[in-house]
Amino acid sequence: MLTIKNLHAAVEGTPILRGINLEVKPGEVHAIMGPNGSGKSTLASVLAGREEYEVTEGEVIFKGKDLLDLAPEDRAREGVFLAFQYPVEIPGVSSTNFLRTALNQVREYRGQEPLDAVKFLSLMKEKMKLVEIDQKLLSRSLNEGFSGGEKKRNEIFQMAMLEPTLSILDETDSGLDIDALRIVSNGVNKLKSADTATIVVTHYQRLLEYIVPDYVHVLYKGQIVKSGTKDLALELEAKGYDWIKEEVDAAV
Amino acid sequence: MSKDNQILEEFTSKEYEHGWSVNYEADEAPLGLNEEIIRWISAKKEEPQWLLDWRLKAFRAWEAMEEPEWANVTYPKVDFQKLRYYSAPKQTKKPKSLDEIDPELLAIYERLGISLNEQKRLQGIAVDAVLDSVSVATTFKGTLAKLGIVFCSFSEAVKEHPELVKKYLGSVVPMTDNYYAALNSAVFSDGSFCYIPKGVRCPMELSTYFRINAANTGQFERTLIVAEDESYVSYLEGCTAPQRDENQLHAAVVEIYAGAHAEVKYSTVQNWFPGDKDGKGGIYNFVTKRGICAGDHSKISWTQVETGSAVTWKYPSCILKGDNSIGEFYSVAVTNNMQQADTGTKMIHIGKNTKSRIVSKGISAGKSQNSYRGQVQVMKRASNARNFSQCDSLLMGDRCGAHTFPYIDIQNPSAKVEHEATTSKIGEDQIFYCNQRGISTEDAVALIVNGYAKEVLNQLPMEFAVEAQKLLALTLEGSVG
Ligand SMILES: Nc1ncnc2c1ncn2[C@@H]1O[C@H](COP(=O)(O)OP(=O)(O)OP(=O)(O)O)[C@@H](O)[C@H]1O
Ligand SMILES: [Mg+2]
Repeated sequence: MLTIKNLHAAVEGTPILRGINLEVKPGEVHAIMGPNGSGKSTLASVLAGREEYEVTEGEVIFKGKDLLDLAPEDRAREGVFLAFQYPVEIPGVSSTNFLRTALNQVREYRGQEPLDAVKFLSLMKEKMKLVEIDQKLLSRSLNEGFSGGEKKRNEIFQMAMLEPTLSILDETDSGLDIDALRIVSNGVNKLKSADTATIVVTHYQRLLEYIVPDYVHVLYKGQIVKSGTKDLALELEAKGYDWIKEEVDAAV
Repeated sequence: MSKDNQILEEFTSKEYEHGWSVNYEADEAPLGLNEEIIRWISAKKEEPQWLLDWRLKAFRAWEAMEEPEWANVTYPKVDFQKLRYYSAPKQTKKPKSLDEIDPELLAIYERLGISLNEQKRLQGIAVDAVLDSVSVATTFKGTLAKLGIVFCSFSEAVKEHPELVKKYLGSVVPMTDNYYAALNSAVFSDGSFCYIPKGVRCPMELSTYFRINAANTGQFERTLIVAEDESYVSYLEGCTAPQRDENQLHAAVVEIYAGAHAEVKYSTVQNWFPGDKDGKGGIYNFVTKRGICAGDHSKISWTQVETGSAVTWKYPSCILKGDNSIGEFYSVAVTNNMQQADTGTKMIHIGKNTKSRIVSKGISAGKSQNSYRGQVQVMKRASNARNFSQCDSLLMGDRCGAHTFPYIDIQNPSAKVEHEATTSKIGEDQIFYCNQRGISTEDAVALIVNGYAKEVLNQLPMEFAVEAQKLLALTLEGSVG
């Protein structure tokens, strides 16, 4: 579904990603871990098409298409979803209105009829249950004044509404309380299918107890320096990153 | 909401769509301005002597006045002798009902999206349409008449209700108030007149559409709204003009009178042709709008959505004379390309316990300049006056400008005046966030801007709010990315 080959990206001339290789197949869950500043969010942003990040080398193929060639909105319409580490506030625009616009543009791209108000609302009701999000939150301005946890929950709610093929969750667990973590993870699990894939960026093993990864990768200095199974996450939890850093830095 | 999106979509990638002009035989005054022309206009309109005298007095005052230059706008001086001050669509006889109106004129309104026919009646909106200088038709007159409400063209009011016109004309905006008001007083051609008798709540929106059609024609409408004690009316004005290379002048006057416990809501969606990308053509919109809360507990509320005109100079104001009276001003002013807007309000607190509220949302894009100019004045007698002003500016790109000029003058120590101002840039973060959910950049801008302006748009009657939203989207087309 997603093939990343030798991906290099820079911000204002500073290289941040230095040769990422990753293969994600339908039905898989990949966890990406790594120290702060190692490039995890950058990778997510590059995949989503953020302009500030200049791809200097490499390619990304998504469902047979050159992903890097598509505008950000078209990547979304093709089924790439990014749950932001820091969701953005849009004053005066309700979540409902925002999602309605988004969903109908996605549908249009896929050659589907727009949803009318009734169908849209019933879809919303259904998905609201999935992540146990309050209607009140959705009628407020998007993310404005939301608590950290509410913002994260709203990201997963949007994911549920848009039904992406590839979901990238950037530290969705940070800011969630213990119950919310379970609820949101359950939501993500229910949305999984044999045709969809998930990339979870996280610092904590705890999330991976709920969303169980098939692979765990460690990103360091813009490269995937180690890959393994979910046991790798346990090892990292116990030992931290120093041993990996040493390995890598010694090899240079 | 579904409707909004649909409309937003529909209207992206369109240029100024009202830019066409219709060829019809115009009955027009010769170019230029002098006493003869004024006599010509007055005679053409079969006006009584007192009105002609009033016009001439205004003209002499105007001749002695200087064009104001304090606004934060620059434009080549208007040559008042090269304008035409009257242009009426030619009709052989006066229409008695809609059926007798020139179908071509009606077709113009259809193209403007205004239907003067039964459809609109069903929606419960009474419409008066002013094309160039003449008021074309007023729907719904019968229904309104039963309640004693008068809603007609200004010329008709002069004929049918001279005592009312005489009493209120120039009572809120004196003929010598300012340069453009004096000019308007001398040459005004038509406009709308509304009178709501004591204790009557007008059951429908009253609405007027103005359109400048003929070339080299100035448009000088005069609107007079009188709400007697304990009455209520909501009035809306919409404007468009065809696309032309040369600049056209629009200098209107709106006067509102509110008696005790009366409430007037005045909304306008202004979409005069703004000129092209390089600033060629477009309307000079120099308008004087003022309301007086004459009676105690009266209320006047101005809501404006300004998307058009090359140059705008406009400060809808409230004189809060009655005790406990309330003045409100809600404004969204959008400028793009080379547009310049200097707009705001004046709230003059005279009565006790008077309150005013100002919400101004400026949006600048392209190389445009957008200024808010507001004055809050609290007179000696106005104990416990309250004002709250919120002036926000949103910038798109870095070649445009936003300016705020608040003037506060307080002569009573019990007054409480609050002023808040913010300036923000439309965030790339916000646009990317929308993009990531599948929303195109144009639609993201529309969404963000409409969210930003929501507090003002919410003041508009529903169907006009939708129209205003699509206008905002249209005006900002191509301003990001
Ligand atoms: N727009 C930017 N301008 C300058 N530097 C940037 C920008 N975006 C990212 N960086 C830098 O790139 C590096 C990688 O950042 P990134 O956000 O991808 O890290 P991360 O792995 O997600 O870290 P964290 O675990 O703290 O979220 C950091 O050093 C960061 O400061
Ligand atoms: Mg990060």
